Amino acid sequence: MALDTTVYKEIEGTGADYYALVGWLAVFAAAGLGASYYMEHYGHVVTGMTNAIVWGTPHVFAVFLIVAASGVLNVSSISSVFSKHHYKPMARLSALTALALLAGGLMVLVLDLGRPDRLIVAMTKYNFKSIFAWNIYLYTGFFVIVLIYLWMMMERRFAPHSKKAGLLAFVWRLALTTGTGSIFGFLVARPGYDAAIMAPMFIAMSFAFGLAIFILLVTVTYKASERPLGDLILFKMRNLLGVFIAAVLYFTAAMHLTNLYAAEHMGVERFILMDGGIYTFLFWVVQIGIGSVFPLALLFNPATGRTCQGISIASMMVIVGGLAQLYVIIVGGQAFPLQMFPGMEVSSSFFDGQVHGYAPSLPEVVLGLSGIATALLIVAVAVKYLPLLPVSLSDAHIRISRSLDHHIEDAPFS
Amino acid sequence: MSTNNLNTQQTVDAAKRDFLKAGAKATAAVAVVTLAPGVTLYSVGAKAAVTGPATSERRWGMLIDATAPEDIWDIAVDACKTEQGWGGGNNPATDPQWIRKVSVKDPKTGAKATLPVMCQHCENPPCVDVCPTGASMQRADGIVLVDKHICIGCRYCMMACPYACRSFVHENVTGQKPHMPRGKGTVESCTLCVHRIDKGQLPACVEAVTTAGSDAMLFGDLNDPNSDISRAVSKYVTQRIRQDLGVEPSVHYRGI
Ligand code: SF4
Repeated sequence: MALDTTVYKEIEGTGADYYALVGWLAVFAAAGLGASYYMEHYGHVVTGMTNAIVWGTPHVFAVFLIVAASGVLNVSSISSVFSKHHYKPMARLSALTALALLAGGLMVLVLDLGRPDRLIVAMTKYNFKSIFAWNIYLYTGFFVIVLIYLWMMMERRFAPHSKKAGLLAFVWRLALTTGTGSIFGFLVARPGYDAAIMAPMFIAMSFAFGLAIFILLVTVTYKASERPLGDLILFKMRNLLGVFIAAVLYFTAAMHLTNLYAAEHMGVERFILMDGGIYTFLFWVVQIGIGSVFPLALLFNPATGRTCQGISIASMMVIVGGLAQLYVIIVGGQAFPLQMFPGMEVSSSFFDGQVHGYAPSLPEVVLGLSGIATALLIVAVAVKYLPLLPVSLSDAHIRISRSLDHHIEDAPFS
Repeated sequence: MSTNNLNTQQTVDAAKRDFLKAGAKATAAVAVVTLAPGVTLYSVGAKAAVTGPATSERRWGMLIDATAPEDIWDIAVDACKTEQGWGGGNNPATDPQWIRKVSVKDPKTGAKATLPVMCQHCENPPCVDVCPTGASMQRADGIVLVDKHICIGCRYCMMACPYACRSFVHENVTGQKPHMPRGKGTVESCTLCVHRIDKGQLPACVEAVTTAGSDAMLFGDLNDPNSDISRAVSKYVTQRIRQDLGVEPSVHYRGI
């Protein structure tokens, strides 16, 4: 790894804006704790979840954050594993954001448990056949590895080894996303889920969601801290985001087309794609339209794709589309009835054979949003106290750091 | 996982089987257990209780006749409620149901059947595979249970169950039975009345249906070739729900 010539510096973070931001984020994070306490106290009966829709809005946010956490690390990986040195100055922020998003996602996941007080049980009793239990290891390992990676990048003595840590983090996070996707892939009885393509699709989703969040973070922090952000790096990220959005579209299309091929999946495909009401709307309008086609158009239209604003709006749309996509997968997949007696009309007092209703309740939404707030709070505080952000991301600077790197690039893992 | 938690629970010994056989008389249509009144059953069964852990020599199962008049299933459901202390809530979407009456209709022919569905006590239970803590577990004799003390309420098992047979306790519970601790925030399902069969008794639903004079539910050891259920299962074509999934449920049906 080349010598890092970039100058990193803490942001000042003394203005009223900064304190207002941190204050609001803290309020939101605390509201999530309150919502969880409320759900805990009265039981999940106060949520929109039922015995048929057992995972609701909190899971949508939690899975989104966890998936994005792994994706946002891509920016580091591209620089350290694939030696694209344009990205190197942002590697620290990328690693920190990955930690923050994972923390936010796990917080939501844990606070939505029926018994969050038994977290210690989850940490000490393992069923090694369970992909969930494996994920606990994958998440913990991710924290440790990314922390070490971040530390190595920041500590000049260890800088030569940071590439190895980066490689490990890269491999680990692919495993982590595969593990998260497999949570759904393992549910053989649910026609909406049991597709092997879930795992690679989740990897593509993680790339897109993570990069979208990262672009927004960089543009907002650089604007707010009045540091230069050049077009060079912004356009590179734009191009990459476009590729990732296209990849998610590709996997989505492949999943639905292969499902349509199998007669047993016809029912659930019809439901999602044609007559699933809110889920069909979320799929076509929000996920595909607002979350994929619209941002692609923005990014590759010269009028909007060359402006910071256009790229930021596209990133926001990707996030909205991503949440919709997970809502369709998680909630929509449960709303469609289990096929206990394929081909038969089924009814019971337990709502067998019916499409299950679900409406998110306020505490669920607050808990979900608090995960995002917690992640952002961690980033906001960290950039104030740690030298994570380069003083400049101007084109000139990016070019210098890149050309310096080139001289020593030959030695592998140098 | 804590099988030890359940070590106190004991299996039925052969005496129980003998008793069941002695008290049973086979009819021509189905190999049926028509038991003496429940009281007798209870007293003899209690004597039959023995010590020792659940063993894989036994595999408890049920055979359910879906052609029986459908009212009988209300008796089975009510017996379960009374025995296990669930039911009585007024939030249909969130109230637990351990056993339920399901009606199926073939849209092409108009043929109908009604059958009770409860935990199918699969040989390869997906709920046990996915449970992160091992709270969902299977006894050596095939009974699938939730250890409420280590269930964290993640509900992954509910996602995995092909039969929607698990319920999440969405609010505080009242009227708990001493043998069946229940708790808000954990998952529960049919235990096959493990507390009863370990004492040599029949599951509450089976006993109630039998006592009502119906032979629509047959309970016994599928591993014992001489048990009534094994004989019936080998004699008649039976179905198991979603047999194609390979989970090998222990509950067999006739006439769906
Ligand atoms: S809800 Fe309880 S029993 Fe079910 S998978 Fe989670 S921990 Fe296991």
